[in-house]
Amino acid sequence: MRDVAIIGVGCTNFGEMWERSFRDLFVEAGLNALEDAGTRGEDIEALYVGNMSAGKFIDQEHIGALIADYAGLAGSLHIPSTRVEAACASGGLALRDGVMVVASGLHDIVIAAGVEKMTDVETGVTIDALASAADREWEGFMGATFPGLYAMMARLHMHKYGTTREQLATVAVKNHHNATMNPKAQYRKDITIEEVMNSPLVADPLRVYDCSPITDGAAAVVLAPAELARKLNDAPIYVHASAQASDTITLHDRRDITTLDATVYAAKRAYEMAGISPKDVDVAEVHDCFTIAEICAIEDLGFVQKGDGGPATEEGMTALGGKIPINPSGGLKACGHPVGATGIKQAIEIAEQLRGDVRERQVNGAEIGLTHNVGGTGGTAVVHILSVNKR
Amino acid sequence: MAVARLWRHIPARYNLIGTECQICGGLYFPPRTTCPTCRRDGKIIERKFKGTGEVVTYTIIYSASSTFRRQTPYVLAIIRLDEGPQLTGQIVCNPDEAEIGMKVRPIFRKLGEDGSSGIIYYGTKFTPLREASK
Ligand SMILES: [Zn+2]
Repeated sequence: MRDVAIIGVGCTNFGEMWERSFRDLFVEAGLNALEDAGTRGEDIEALYVGNMSAGKFIDQEHIGALIADYAGLAGSLHIPSTRVEAACASGGLALRDGVMVVASGLHDIVIAAGVEKMTDVETGVTIDALASAADREWEGFMGATFPGLYAMMARLHMHKYGTTREQLATVAVKNHHNATMNPKAQYRKDITIEEVMNSPLVADPLRVYDCSPITDGAAAVVLAPAELARKLNDAPIYVHASAQASDTITLHDRRDITTLDATVYAAKRAYEMAGISPKDVDVAEVHDCFTIAEICAIEDLGFVQKGDGGPATEEGMTALGGKIPINPSGGLKACGHPVGATGIKQAIEIAEQLRGDVRERQVNGAEIGLTHNVGGTGGTAVVHILSVNKR
Repeated sequence: MAVARLWRHIPARYNLIGTECQICGGLYFPPRTTCPTCRRDGKIIERKFKGTGEVVTYTIIYSASSTFRRQTPYVLAIIRLDEGPQLTGQIVCNPDEAEIGMKVRPIFRKLGEDGSSGIIYYGTKFTPLREASK
């Protein structure tokens, strides 16, 4: 297997973009990534695109061909284009598919991308589409909503480990603060603990400000074999690990409701592949679809002991300038969560952090970064480890 | 939504019929056709669950999809059945009453309705198990 590098990145602004269509978003991200890489459409050999639910959000399937067409890669070049779906982990999985196909030697230059257009339907439809990331027959039909499932994790985490409502709120406050420094973020304003605690209940104990928003957006990266990367681009970022794990689709069947074993296993495999341990990671983008999800993520990725995620967050360990800065982009919570694009956006944030390109939100001296993308309540987890150094 | 999708789950939803693996003794609700422990070596038979159990964790849903919007706020819980398997279901009680460790028993109720087809579907919800049961 060959080592793989990210040689270009491109991302749209994240937010409610009434004037932009699904295809507009994708094309902007793709062209930006090609420009950043210094490559041309003719160089691309394959395209992988993460998308959760275009069928429900815009009544459109066959996303692979649509995107290749509007990116100008279908009509004359006829490159293979594949849509990848694992609910909210679709983007991470598209990246992994791109990495695998370059690593295998089948293709050299490949685009891995993600896109979601969520604001063309009314909110009830969006809530229902997101609930399809869980088990429709045995969770959804019983009245489970997606926030409701994470709320049950939060309640048990509070019960078992003494995690407090304030500690959950601290995650939102931190990520909103980080997003104030990210020009592409959906919410670029600070919020307070009190605002989180007084926002309307969605699924007790989770409130509006505990939840990631509904977002339009797209993101794309260009991948190449590590041995060619320097010739193509002067600031390649190397992929040291790409790992994935599955777990039961229902939350109620898990070994432990407060642990995402898919995260635990994907992380274990990734650390082994990269030959590092959690303490070697300088910066991470984790899947904070809800505040509780970030608390569980930093525990399950091994940054803190199980149960210590709340106090660690409260003490500032995960803030910019802390021991392990988490979600410098603002995370899903404040940068926004265009579901299929999220996993790619995470990789872009880490690549830019490692290149030293992100100004005020820069984690100084970061050399190794991690991305963590979750599908559903943890049925799928994808972990990537990126580095400035070639192996 | 087609009627068959609801009809095929009637034994499980109405009467809590799940499955048991005769090889490893594993108990499963909802029913599975393959034992996740023994896989090809397993032997699956039907198994009815009593429906009494205890609340592992719960939430109170305030914001729901259109199917459930009229029922909000409602209590949704993960329940560990006395026989072992866990499931997700609603608890018919005052939201203030809900607590982790609460004992519950099953009741037959309307679960929801499909707006587009108008089909009403039924199944098992739960209610607090009180000493002098009604
Ligand atoms: Zn068995």
